[in-house]
Amino acid sequence: MTATATMDASGGGEVLRTRGVTLRFGGLVSLQDIDLTMRRGEILAVIGPNGAGKTSLFNVLTGVYTPQEGELTFIRADGAPVSLLGRKPYRVNRLGLARTFQNIRLFAALTALENVQIAAERAQRSGPIANMLGMPWARRDQKASAGRAAELLEFAGLGARVNELAGNLNYGDQRRLEMARALASDPEVLLLDEPAAGTNRVEKEQMAALIRRINEELAISVLLIEHDMRLVMSVAHRVMVLNFGRVIAEGRPEQVQRDPAVVEAYLGAAEEDAENTRETGDAVGREDADE
Amino acid sequence: MSGGTASEESFRRPKVDVARLRRDAWYRRPRWRRLLGFVVAGLALAVVTGPQGAGSTALMSSLKATFTSVPRLGVCVGIGVLLWAVREFGAPLRAPARTAQDGVARGVAPLRRFYAAGVWPKLAVGALVLLAGAVIPNLLSPTWQVVFVEQMGVYLLLAVGLNVVIGWAGLLDLGFVAFYAVGAYSVAFWTGSLPVQPPVVLNPFVVIPIAVLTCLAAGLLLGTPTLRLRGDYLAIVTLGFHEIVYLVAKNADGFTGGSRGTTKMIPHPSIHLFGLDYNWMFDPLPYWYLILAFTAILVVLFSRLENSRIGRAWTAVREDEVAAQASGLNTVRYKLMAFAIGASTSGLAGVVYASKVGFINPDNFPLLASILVLSYVIFGGMGSIAGVLVGTALLTLLPQWLKSYVPAEDRYMYLGGLLVAMMIFRPQGVIPSRRRQREIKLAESGVGGADATGAAGGTTS
Repeated sequence: MTATATMDASGGGEVLRTRGVTLRFGGLVSLQDIDLTMRRGEILAVIGPNGAGKTSLFNVLTGVYTPQEGELTFIRADGAPVSLLGRKPYRVNRLGLARTFQNIRLFAALTALENVQIAAERAQRSGPIANMLGMPWARRDQKASAGRAAELLEFAGLGARVNELAGNLNYGDQRRLEMARALASDPEVLLLDEPAAGTNRVEKEQMAALIRRINEELAISVLLIEHDMRLVMSVAHRVMVLNFGRVIAEGRPEQVQRDPAVVEAYLGAAEEDAENTRETGDAVGREDADE
Repeated sequence: MSGGTASEESFRRPKVDVARLRRDAWYRRPRWRRLLGFVVAGLALAVVTGPQGAGSTALMSSLKATFTSVPRLGVCVGIGVLLWAVREFGAPLRAPARTAQDGVARGVAPLRRFYAAGVWPKLAVGALVLLAGAVIPNLLSPTWQVVFVEQMGVYLLLAVGLNVVIGWAGLLDLGFVAFYAVGAYSVAFWTGSLPVQPPVVLNPFVVIPIAVLTCLAAGLLLGTPTLRLRGDYLAIVTLGFHEIVYLVAKNADGFTGGSRGTTKMIPHPSIHLFGLDYNWMFDPLPYWYLILAFTAILVVLFSRLENSRIGRAWTAVREDEVAAQASGLNTVRYKLMAFAIGASTSGLAGVVYASKVGFINPDNFPLLASILVLSYVIFGGMGSIAGVLVGTALLTLLPQWLKSYVPAEDRYMYLGGLLVAMMIFRPQGVIPSRRRQREIKLAESGVGGADATGAAGGTTS
């Protein structure tokens, strides 16, 4: 796979590391002893049956949940490790981890541009008084963030939808808008929670292309949750498989695909191909776990 | 994430309830039920517009008079039945009505486009409104001038402030008038009208920034620990805050003068600057101009704020706090900002009010005032400055206007009826805000949830 070669050539160091992360809700163990190592510049896919703990892992990484045990470390571009434990979601975002949601969460009554602009201007300095008085630096900020948002919408293929309400966009466009919004906070790691769920085959192919472009052109590491095996196999450099909150396999896509434990977890039996796997996964229903 | 791959529930064939498929009796069908509703509404109208009674016997005799007076009863029930008939059988009327509506819309469209095109039309409209606001009170009787200042004007300022809190940031604040009281008592303190003396006695104008900062601080003080709460919980907290402020004002005799209020008259504001010498005295008109100026300034500042990153962040926080946080917004900070800005505006209104009336006591700041401001904002259209101003003007003038037509005690009943009707038929308010209206529309078509303080009413209709 050429993408893998690129990744190896960049020889990225670690960007995200978890050690022994365990998350419990009362007696229910959602994540057990998760060791995840993500290298800078790679696309790492997390797969697993519904309820395996994938979205919980995202929520732990982005500060929505605090795990009972374990370490979460983000390694900044300058090599300095920063613990993510106990950080609020907005602080995690500012460190450089941006995410999308499995059940799309856009600001439906704002336009596509405004949705992205909000993330682009989250750390601007101009305060309420400067904005009330229309100070020049506030206007400059405004212009800068609008320009940046338009750029990102263009990048995500939504250039023609700039002034449309987020709530009126079709499903695939909403997914891409969410990605544009996440990109607007200039992340080093982008966490995508089922970006292709509910989209058709053409849209899935576009999504795969967009994820690759984010990874290659913007040099952003991508952590991807996805049920669609075809998509995972085509974009991921490495795959991690979760089941019942544990890592049951890890490795290159084609290795993982053949791993008997993985096949077992998905189907309870061998002899079925990846396409079926996806359908089974989708048919069981959406997990709803990001609150 | 829960459950894992639990085995599915075994599928059960639904039992057909044969009894439910039977035809309903005629009086259980919706059309006739609605007729009953309209007749009852007509009867209620007859009762409320009929003769009044106090005490048990007088009540019965007044009811008797209502139900035996055929003309009144007939007219009221007739109105009910007519409305019902139009609703049920008015389909042929609807087409011409729609054509007429479309015609009007088409006629107005170029004007709208012109208005939306740039900043100048808006400025022109603003200037016209300002001019009308300056001229109209001159043509009114002194009683109405007082109404304009003490009823409408002060509430205009309050409503513009509350609109920031509830309309933009979506925080349900039931204790808004507490900050108004803080502002009023600040001016009483700094002008030496309370039992305790200030270090220096100041002119009310000089107190304005002090009062605004005091309210800002009070807003931050209340907001910092409580703005993690949402919707209903925040409403209760602000309610409690209002009670605390009210009771302190009432019981801290040595400081606030207790329930009798200020001991001396709060001086009227005056200007002595660069040879300019002017004193706002008892005449209401100068105060009206003062309020008009403040309102105009606030409208300009706040509408800039709405279209800035701050306003967008507020919308984001209001619509989806989780997504806002994930986009890097410190949501508590933005909520606090809205709360503090609203509180400061409320404090400004308090200063103007206190220096106009001269004497204040705790009963100038009842909980009802908070509720009224809230209803003005919702009636006018949460989040839309124009709507909020129009709503406040309508609802504060209505009871005064009704005074000449209905018994004084009944006035607020009609106000209540108007609010009920408005929430049922036009929950987005008189002039809805663009963003809020979209939220209602999207919620009706099942996209996203309008929040509790926002468009929830629209989803049920």
